[in-house]
Amino acid sequence: MSEPRALCGSSDQPSATGGVRTFRSPVSPARRRAFTETLAAWALAGPAVFFLFVLFFMPVIGVFVIALTDWQFGARSLSFVGLANFREVFADVGFRASVVNTVVYVLIVVPGTVVFGLLIALLIESGKSCRSFYRAIHFLPFMATLTAMAIAWEALLHPTIGLVNQTLAAIGLPTANWLRDENTALPVLAVIGIWQNLGYAMVLFLAGLKSIPQDLYDAADVDGADLWLDRLRTVTLPMLGPVSMFVVIVVALRAFECFDTVKVLTQGGPGHATDVLLYTLYRESFEYLRTGYGAAVAVVFLVIVVTLTLVQTRVMDRKVHYQ
Amino acid sequence: MASVSIDSIRKNYGPTSVLRGVSLSIADGEFLTLLGPSGCGKSTLLRILAGLEVQDAGSVSIGERAVDGLRPKRRDVAMVFQSYALYPHMTVASNMTLPLRMRRLSAFQRLPLLGRLLPGTARIAAEIDVEVTRTAKSLGIGHLLARKPGQLSGGQRQRVAVGRAMVRHPAVFLMDEPLSNLDAKLRVQMRAEIKELHQRLGVTFVYVTHDQAEAMTLSDCVAVMLDGELLQVAPPQDIYADPDDRRVAEFIGSPKINMLDGVVRERDLIDVAGSTLTIEADALAGAHLTLGIRPEAFHLVDHGGQGALTGSVRMIEHMGSDLFVHLDLAGVDHPLIARLLAERAPHIAPGQTLHVGVRPDRVLLFARNGRRLRREVETGRASVRPIREIAR
Repeated sequence: MSEPRALCGSSDQPSATGGVRTFRSPVSPARRRAFTETLAAWALAGPAVFFLFVLFFMPVIGVFVIALTDWQFGARSLSFVGLANFREVFADVGFRASVVNTVVYVLIVVPGTVVFGLLIALLIESGKSCRSFYRAIHFLPFMATLTAMAIAWEALLHPTIGLVNQTLAAIGLPTANWLRDENTALPVLAVIGIWQNLGYAMVLFLAGLKSIPQDLYDAADVDGADLWLDRLRTVTLPMLGPVSMFVVIVVALRAFECFDTVKVLTQGGPGHATDVLLYTLYRESFEYLRTGYGAAVAVVFLVIVVTLTLVQTRVMDRKVHYQ
Repeated sequence: MASVSIDSIRKNYGPTSVLRGVSLSIADGEFLTLLGPSGCGKSTLLRILAGLEVQDAGSVSIGERAVDGLRPKRRDVAMVFQSYALYPHMTVASNMTLPLRMRRLSAFQRLPLLGRLLPGTARIAAEIDVEVTRTAKSLGIGHLLARKPGQLSGGQRQRVAVGRAMVRHPAVFLMDEPLSNLDAKLRVQMRAEIKELHQRLGVTFVYVTHDQAEAMTLSDCVAVMLDGELLQVAPPQDIYADPDDRRVAEFIGSPKINMLDGVVRERDLIDVAGSTLTIEADALAGAHLTLGIRPEAFHLVDHGGQGALTGSVRMIEHMGSDLFVHLDLAGVDHPLIARLLAERAPHIAPGQTLHVGVRPDRVLLFARNGRRLRREVETGRASVRPIREIAR
């Protein structure tokens, strides 16, 4: 029998002189392959990493740095003030009000969107006629430009000539100056937020409903869970878990980012009734030109949002993943 | 325990007719298999039996009680699905307790937190737990009760699905291809377990499969379905040896039965593939019919001529104790497969000319429309019923 030969790579071949193996190249083929792979990986990921760094990480680092200065927008000089901006932010009544308002807004918009989005998805899925029509009309608000829609809402909510008040008056219900009353302004903005996000949640829930295997409903029927509520509790809601988690996180993030409607409809008023974090940030940075202070608000905003997202993911992940 | 009776069931999906007047009666405690290829309507029939689909016509009775229009829950049936259909968010224990909770606890008692406080809930829940634990232990899954389906192997999931069906002692067990998601080895093992389960419980089983090995090994009775019709309902050995229809003969058996076109020369002689076989067929001379010959009905003979078929060997498959020899016959477009004992056919090689004899009593005769032309055994001598209706 002949001696088995090395299968690959010329450098692995035994030398002609005697049985001692020598290597012509100091780099083994395995190492060379690993190096080529690493090079290819960086070449492929490089552009994305570069833009991620330039467009995302650098601005974030920039915001953190600016938050430690007293820089005013457009000013040629700045000086480091340490944590003074943060101390000022937390002492500010207006900022505290905007945190509370944002939380209240999110607490109305997220459950409202999830519950109504799911309800509409279930209704559409349970019927057979005009499904695409219902899907389309509920999804339209999500597609529309919110600023333009906010102007339409302003007309609807006008205290005297608005359709809302006229309708309420016609059926004998009390009317209100919806956007100028500090008790109603924030809830009304939240309702507009729900209206806008509803279609998005609905479409995701519809996709989730479609992916539930019919076998599970059949099994529930045979097992005796055949009433509407039993089926909902045994199959539909648990199986929508992963979709619900996604909807809650996305809608919560969108609610935290509430800005357009506040800017167009209330400008944070009356008083601080509709001051939300992003609007405060905008006003401090670009209207009052206190960019250092604005950056501190941005840092606080970022910390809140990231923390909430992490907590949500961690908590819900444990409950909704089955595999 | 209950018998099941299915009477003239019809089902259409739009213009497609899935079941065309299927009638079947299943005795109490019998293991009946609905066997047929994909799309033959067997699963639809099972779903109609379970109450998951509504038939367009016909009726279903379980234990003398007409169950048409009753919801699945009220039919006293349990079903094991092909996908097992275990609730992925529930533990094995919760999966198995659900059918009992739904039946024994009221809607109020099932409420998430409040339900536990209502009188009687705790006692009933404890009873249910005891029963579930007992059932799980009997299936060897007692140690898996706290796990979720995602953490189980295919075989374990299958057992849980069976356990969920078993736990409430249904009158009829319905199984929709429960083994088709398992690997070959596990399938054989689970097949034996299902058979044992049937013997232990003694209840009526209706089992749907496209796998003839499952049907043959498990069943007391096999119902062969094709294109929405029942072709034959008989014990497994009869389905194999004495099929009523050409399609049944072709569906059952591996390798497939050999089908050869023949012409009746005279009363006892049929011309087939260049040879003449001596088979009693009381048909007019010149009548065309089809001969169905199972591969194992052949044996090697030394010479060609009357009573033997001659062909050249195309291929040989070694199966250990047996050989499957593929023979090209003159005038036949598909090869004939003969199963020969390896020890008696030692020197066969491709290209060789081979003569195989056929036992006349093992030849099945079919009319051109596919119906079986049955021989009646009278006074120990084979004779053939007049088959003059055969078209010339």
